[in-house]
Amino acid sequence: MKDSLLEVKDLEVTFFNRNGKVRAVRGINFDVKKGEILGIVGESGSGKTVTNLSIMGLLKGTGKVTKGQIIYKGENLLNKSEKEMLKIRGNDIAMIFQDPMTSLNPVFTVGNQITDVIMRHQKLSRKEAKKKTIEMLKMVGIPSAEERYNNYPHEFSGGMRQRAIIAMALSCKPDLLIADEPTTALDVTIQAQILELLKELKEKLNTSIILITHDLGVVANICSRVVVMYGGMIMEEGSVEDIFYTPLHPYTKGLLQSLPKTGGKMKERLIPIKGNPPNLANEIKGCPFADRCPYTMDICREKQPKYYYDGENHRGMCWLLDKSINGKGENHEE
Amino acid sequence: MKSKLIEVKDLKKYYPAKKSSIIGKTQYLKAVDGVSFYINEGETFGLVGESGCGKSTVGKSIIRLFDITDGEILYRGKDISKLNGRQLKSYRRKMQVIFQDPYSSLNPTLTVEEIISEPLDVYNIGDKGQRRERVIELLEKVGLNKDHLGRYPHEFSGGQRQRIGIARALSIKPEFILCDEPISALDVSIQAQVVNMLEDLQEELGLTYLFIAHDLSMVRYISHRIGVMYLGKLVEKGPSDEIYNHPAHPYTQALLSSVLEPDPKMAAKTIKALEGDVPSPLNPPKGCRFVTRCKYAMKKCYEIEPKLKEISPDHSVACHLY
Repeated sequence: MKDSLLEVKDLEVTFFNRNGKVRAVRGINFDVKKGEILGIVGESGSGKTVTNLSIMGLLKGTGKVTKGQIIYKGENLLNKSEKEMLKIRGNDIAMIFQDPMTSLNPVFTVGNQITDVIMRHQKLSRKEAKKKTIEMLKMVGIPSAEERYNNYPHEFSGGMRQRAIIAMALSCKPDLLIADEPTTALDVTIQAQILELLKELKEKLNTSIILITHDLGVVANICSRVVVMYGGMIMEEGSVEDIFYTPLHPYTKGLLQSLPKTGGKMKERLIPIKGNPPNLANEIKGCPFADRCPYTMDICREKQPKYYYDGENHRGMCWLLDKSINGKGENHEE
Repeated sequence: MKSKLIEVKDLKKYYPAKKSSIIGKTQYLKAVDGVSFYINEGETFGLVGESGCGKSTVGKSIIRLFDITDGEILYRGKDISKLNGRQLKSYRRKMQVIFQDPYSSLNPTLTVEEIISEPLDVYNIGDKGQRRERVIELLEKVGLNKDHLGRYPHEFSGGQRQRIGIARALSIKPEFILCDEPISALDVSIQAQVVNMLEDLQEELGLTYLFIAHDLSMVRYISHRIGVMYLGKLVEKGPSDEIYNHPAHPYTQALLSSVLEPDPKMAAKTIKALEGDVPSPLNPPKGCRFVTRCKYAMKKCYEIEPKLKEISPDHSVACHLY
């Protein structure tokens, strides 16, 4: 715990609209350690992006942090003014988004956009900033960076645009990089390149990375620890090995089973998770996964489960893990 | 022996692109450039490749959403590539589509009943009561029920919308369904539901699928035979287990090695990435189109275009290495 860079404590985010409120994030705790890649897995609407927008102070419109703390290097980011946050964003925490097509401004050259970021945050002259930009473009593997500096975004391919955005995000040497589905819009061969690049840069710059994704293949290949989110809560947290080999929560188990097995010759039928994700506009009393869980017990619908630990760093939020009531749900299995 | 439901012979689709000057020749973007394959009745043929390789264009050509530049499309042995609108109508009834995006492929102002019964209206099948009965039957088949009849698309989740799209495609009892990335917009926990349903329907109704996707592990799972496309060409085709266990073309090998296994132990220390990007289809390399990214490229590859060659029963590859 001593080397935590960022700690999220009991965070709640609620969206208020005409029809009432939507509790998108419902009290979550996790931390990011120095130099690690933490994966946040969950389906759409599970609250993974909202959590990270709160860390960046970028929640817009009707969304508000209603409870909790976000501690970065000992200070609560939620108490910072917008002016202070402007300094933190970019210099300390940077973010890259899913869609490399819309993250760059189409009317400025790629080089100029990165140079502007460096000038603004590091108070360098344009000439020095340009030199640094070209250095960064080279570091992320853009060939003939000097010429590419003057290209517009439409002259870059999707993979190159994502590289340029990574260069921009890392140009001020942030300690924490939040990557929100960085490879979802890319082809598999390009995805492999970008993930390899992120791994490499992490080694080189010792940046901590939060990687948000729904792709378990990406998680297995690049993350060291994983947080599994569902319905605005953390269902399970542990090392990649914990999550993939000894999952505690039925949701995690369900996700792993619903993937086709490669390698094997025999065709095994896929085992899907039945039902649909919960509507967060409705109040959920117990476990958010109760409606889809094959082991649901009465208590699951009434009371929100506590966290149960398997070892120091592996926890799951499920009543099945409670030794005193375990076993009663078994007969639901079919 | 199974009979061929669809056979594509030397399919070409060119799009006119910008001219180099006012008097210059029009340049053509060769989206699909000489693709041949067949699909047996009751089987699934998977088409994979990176974006821009022409896989969707092949699918849309088969169901004749546009005119093709050259080649033949045989449906039960009859060439439908040159038929006009009216002549095609009877074929359209046999060929339906499921689209990628369940959010934009359903009309938001229609109820579920109207959406699913629209094809029945178009073909004048049954009276009002019979149509409603059919719609309810279809809804039950895809795991929804008659309570959903009067609802609008926005009331449903992505997976449910995709089911509505599938029910619509099934409404007029087609023989062939083009599945154009039907699961890539869905959440992981929902993908398996839809794939299982497509399989069950195939078994029950004897449907034939052309399954287009970029998720290789899912394509392997659902397909009997697979074709791999690169820059408008088919570089390899064969039975799916054969393609996955013995990939012959360097591009297929690279594609497969960039599939990330959901297993930390199998995750290689470094991901074997294919270098570089796909070249512009406006100006593809001479010779083999993969030559710019291929690690085995020889002199011959830059000059002569390789032809598809059978290397084992029903498994062919277009590469000079063989």
